[in-house]
Amino acid sequence: MSAQKLPLHALHEELGAKFMDFAGYDMPVQYALGVMGEHKHTRAYAGLFDVSHMGQVRLSGDSWEAVALAFETLVPQDVLALKDGRQRYGFFTNAQGGIEDDLMFARQGDDLLVVVNAACKAADIDRMKTLEPGVAVEVLDDRALLALQGPAAGAALAALDPTTDTSRFMDVIPVTIEGVSCWASRSGYTGEDGFEISIPLAQAETVARALLAIDTVEPIGLGARDSLRLEAGLCLYGSDIDATTTPAAANLMWAVQKARKPGGTRAAGYPGAALALAGTPHKRVGLRPQGRAPMRGGVDLYLSEEADTPIGQITSGTFGPTVEGPVAMGYVPVVQSHPGTVLYGDVRGRRLPVAVAETPFVPANFKR
Amino acid sequence: MKFTEEHEWLRVEGNEVVVGITAHAAEQLGDVVFVELPEPGTTVSKDEEIVVIESVKAASDILAPIDGEITAVNEMLADEPTKVNEDPEGDAWFFRMTVADASQMDEFMDEAAYKAFIA
Repeated sequence: MSAQKLPLHALHEELGAKFMDFAGYDMPVQYALGVMGEHKHTRAYAGLFDVSHMGQVRLSGDSWEAVALAFETLVPQDVLALKDGRQRYGFFTNAQGGIEDDLMFARQGDDLLVVVNAACKAADIDRMKTLEPGVAVEVLDDRALLALQGPAAGAALAALDPTTDTSRFMDVIPVTIEGVSCWASRSGYTGEDGFEISIPLAQAETVARALLAIDTVEPIGLGARDSLRLEAGLCLYGSDIDATTTPAAANLMWAVQKARKPGGTRAAGYPGAALALAGTPHKRVGLRPQGRAPMRGGVDLYLSEEADTPIGQITSGTFGPTVEGPVAMGYVPVVQSHPGTVLYGDVRGRRLPVAVAETPFVPANFKR
Repeated sequence: MKFTEEHEWLRVEGNEVVVGITAHAAEQLGDVVFVELPEPGTTVSKDEEIVVIESVKAASDILAPIDGEITAVNEMLADEPTKVNEDPEGDAWFFRMTVADASQMDEFMDEAAYKAFIA
């Protein structure tokens, strides 16, 4: 099966993108600046990412309560308490308490807008369709999704629509760009301030060109998106979290609100609730290789240079251009999960030191 | 200068060759962030993996172009791996080695042939 092209493929070609297959999509991996340059540009100014491969879905029903409570049967998040115009991070769980996908969900009036990963899109839509007929599931495949990220993102969007200026992290707001009605969430996956802008497909190019015409904005590919999210300590679904890792093991308990935890007003009631939040032998941690060599996903971790049996594994890692050194995350036994603990990663047959570290590796720069 | 199909360049200096990667290869790799070099004194065989280059994207191996012994490595690359992108066919040479079998040098491309090869 050949990779599907993004709606703005021709624009990416015009901008000099190199492409790679990701989750069945022919995605721009880098442009003229290169991965390192794009990463640094995003941290200093603003980057525009085409994330139209992700799934956008609208859930609606008789009332907000009906939609929220139905969605709560699929996720361990407090959906009901979400205020109009606000967004949360969440995940679908399975019967074993593992994570089927991670996602963003937002309240727009009485509707719920859900953004899911491209690779899991079909399964996620099927999962949400189990809520029918009480909840109507509309796949918004007639919309593009562009992420504008970086310290200059707020000023860039405000230059096109001044009403966006007062929004805060995780707000969902209407945006008009060049006369095109869109909506945007003040969020992203880089650790920077910014927006994810949902745009009608027919006008996506107009909006993208208007954003790219701003001096501070450069197009950014999937390569820099990966190093940016790693420095921000954010999980990549399929690498750092998957169907076998629970929210507890993945160190994502911060994303499970009190109402859904044991003793909460709506505790449990989602797949695998008995297992999802229970303590596990291993947990996800940030890791800083002590030398210059990056440690990538699959590198086994040992207690010493001589130990025979690995005790953990790196799930993703790269060189962090802002950190100016390698960064990684992986799973280690809980007893070895304290920041500062030194372990050894096996890199091409050599045991190199790597320290457990706090995440994010680069301080978050959200507009609270 | 001679070129291999693995995108290495070889410059003959006396009885030895100096080896690096071509500008085309550096461009394809993207930003280089780490270079692991062999120990001087190591005896290597043609096609043995002797250098690891990590770019922001991935790790790649550089193969020994011929049989011989590593006589020197470019230590500067350990601290300044980005030199591989800045000056791949000059300052960012990787290693120097002896030529055990001069006939192995015959199969390599000259500049014109390499240009045609990557075109």
